[in-house]
Amino acid sequence: MKHCLHYISRCYLCILACVAFTQTVSAQTENDALMIPKNYFCAAGVYTHNSWDKYWEGTFKRENLNLGTISSNVYAVGGNYGLSNKINLLFMIPFVQSNASAGTLRGQRGVQDINLAVKWMVVRQEVGTGLLSFHAIATGSIPVGNYQADFLPLAIGMRSRSIGLRGLFNYQVGRFFVAGSGQYVRKDNITIDRDSYYTTQMHYTNQVAMPNATNFLASAGYRSLKFNAEATFTKVNTIGGFDITKNNMPFPSNNMDATLAGAIFKYSFQSVAGLEFTAGGNYVLKGRNVGQNTSFFGGVYYVFSVKKDKSEK
Amino acid sequence: MKKIIHYILPAVLLTVLLFNSSCKKTIEERNQQFPALAPANIDLNADTWTPILTAGTTFTVATPDAVTTPNYLADLNEIKSYQRNLTGAQKDIIKYWSAGSVLRWNEILRELVAKHNLPPYQNADNTYPFPNAANPLAYPLFPFSNPPYAARAYAYVSAAQYDALVAAWKFKKQFNRAAPYKNDAAVQALIPKSDLPSYPSEDAVVAGVTAKMMELLFPGDLDYIQQKVAEEKLYRIMAGANTRSDMDAGENLGKQVAAVFLARARADGAGKAAGAKEDWDKLEADTKAAGNTPWISLELPKRPPMLPMFTKVNPFLFNTATVVSLRPPAPYATSSPEFKKEADEVLAMSQNHSREHERIVAFWADGVGTVTPPGHWNSIAAEEFVKHSYSEVRWARNFALLNMAEMDAAIVCWDAKYYYFNPRPTQMVLTIKTLTGIPNFPSYTSGHSNFSGAAATVLGYLVPEKASAFMDMAHEAAMSRLYGAIHYRSDCEVGLQTGIKVGQFAIARGKADGASN
Repeated sequence: MKHCLHYISRCYLCILACVAFTQTVSAQTENDALMIPKNYFCAAGVYTHNSWDKYWEGTFKRENLNLGTISSNVYAVGGNYGLSNKINLLFMIPFVQSNASAGTLRGQRGVQDINLAVKWMVVRQEVGTGLLSFHAIATGSIPVGNYQADFLPLAIGMRSRSIGLRGLFNYQVGRFFVAGSGQYVRKDNITIDRDSYYTTQMHYTNQVAMPNATNFLASAGYRSLKFNAEATFTKVNTIGGFDITKNNMPFPSNNMDATLAGAIFKYSFQSVAGLEFTAGGNYVLKGRNVGQNTSFFGGVYYVFSVKKDKSEK
Repeated sequence: MKKIIHYILPAVLLTVLLFNSSCKKTIEERNQQFPALAPANIDLNADTWTPILTAGTTFTVATPDAVTTPNYLADLNEIKSYQRNLTGAQKDIIKYWSAGSVLRWNEILRELVAKHNLPPYQNADNTYPFPNAANPLAYPLFPFSNPPYAARAYAYVSAAQYDALVAAWKFKKQFNRAAPYKNDAAVQALIPKSDLPSYPSEDAVVAGVTAKMMELLFPGDLDYIQQKVAEEKLYRIMAGANTRSDMDAGENLGKQVAAVFLARARADGAGKAAGAKEDWDKLEADTKAAGNTPWISLELPKRPPMLPMFTKVNPFLFNTATVVSLRPPAPYATSSPEFKKEADEVLAMSQNHSREHERIVAFWADGVGTVTPPGHWNSIAAEEFVKHSYSEVRWARNFALLNMAEMDAAIVCWDAKYYYFNPRPTQMVLTIKTLTGIPNFPSYTSGHSNFSGAAATVLGYLVPEKASAFMDMAHEAAMSRLYGAIHYRSDCEVGLQTGIKVGQFAIARGKADGASN
């Protein structure tokens, strides 16, 4: 039972900061080494606030008085189900509202994409004084809402179906851990409302080829049953894509890169089994064709067994 | 444990399979699908069609070498040597250009318009720099191909292409030298054969005239232009359709015709269209004096109005007195109940979240970084014309009618905009939020509506069976500006009607130019 609770307390579903012009969200859970046991379910509700008033046009950092501060509120619900002790299934659906504080452009709102992940703990064994684990994580996103991707920087998402593979190492000694992971994301073409567009040349189609992306994450922190604190360092890199030319509008297939620093905190109530609060944030240190976003999030998780008897074994 | 592996292995395989196959990465663009041009009618009488500017101009083309001379035989040998070893890249060049010279040069022009359709970034002191034609590669790059600039560029290029081809047809008939594949059975025709005499080459005439016009219109992109010219010349030779002497003579003739159009363009008033601070201030003062609310720039920092003196540009289809006579009646006074009613409607549109409205607004937005509304109609026309297998000279004539109407619509529309200097809805009602960028010039009447009304009218004349379809598109384009909450309804409706009137002038010209439809 103690072993089980140890895992339960790790149920974890929070939102990675928006890194791009788009208010993209992704489940932090898929990024960490924490699993919930077989037949447990973690339900999550997370709120994220993103905002930026400076952005990079290619490598040129600027502000835009006609946009002021671009902000978004993201309300996400999700879940994590323990198919087995080694395989977790996760999903999340965000509702996003965007806003520009200046100028005349109207903000967008709507349901974004459903994010799915399968997390598999491939290896978990003692190495030296600590515990080493390796996870393979497959992710996918499918647009749910019929929103406009081609309305950056106020679009609520990219409307691209994507599929990603991530490898994650975690090493824990006592209550301290370090982790590192790398992900490759393949993105589908998207359809926009225009019938032609210019990138670095004209395209006579409503289809846009989306560049693939990589994502690297390093983190370290403290984990106990009651309290977690973690510092994260993330590098998001779009492979290909093009730079926004001077004073031009952003476009979904821009070469969007970002380096982010962040922190995640979590507190588990000992009085109400399975209830957790989480909070954290991210800040873009350096970017290319993205906003210099600051994000804060707060969420509630509740973990419960869906087959009580068996989970007690 | 074994059981788990049972599940895991297929899952891993499935994931890898999905990963490789799930995401579409290829796109077939519409302009890559165009077939090789095989004119239904070669329009052999096009030498009698009325040119735009050059009816009284004499051009010279040297008498070609006879097909038995060593020079001509050398030309044929060049073709045969290319055809022996065509590379994949060379075959691609043939496939690209075979769709048609006028078609491809309009595409190239649209691409340059989109590339250059970017308002300059402000200076540190919150003023704005202006592009300088004398130094096109310094920031801000010359030109800023906004809709009036673009409309004028499309018009000059198409009108010049048309006159150059009419002149070419005269020489073709005069010299009557057949295509290389007709003079030598060993020369393959890699594109559809034609009975049109090949000297001077129509493709080279179009390339020559267009490249020369570009020296004025897009002076910072001449490397790209010359690369395209070289590619097209090579294409005709490799395809067995022209000899090098056909190409050289054609290019030279094109340049002569361009000189006439360049002289007109350099004196048509466009160079002074930006105006100066005293002009901008006067517009504001005059509007106030008339008791109306003057337009103010909604950009931060405030940007000078876009090309307020464009109204003085010399139109193609009528004179400047007609520009004034086409000016619509005054918009609703900003203090009137009708104005309030229209502003309320814009606010309601701003708050309407219908996805269909968003789609229409985005489809017709044609804003920063695009081919502009005249370019969008140019593209619509091109995709229609492809279906009709016109001869090159008819392609040019039809584009000239369309694009001259678009330029003149720009002049007439800009005249109304700066005569009335009417504020945008967002200037008057601060709670209005727009679904697209707000253009930096007065509201009345809508440029999109003028352009679309004129274009649909001309296209409806050229392709009568689609007239109502084109007018429906124009109506949608006009209304997109109301849906986008950047124009009042009357801006769109009156603009559409004015555009239609401008289009009628192009039809009148088309009916009288000898080409008939």
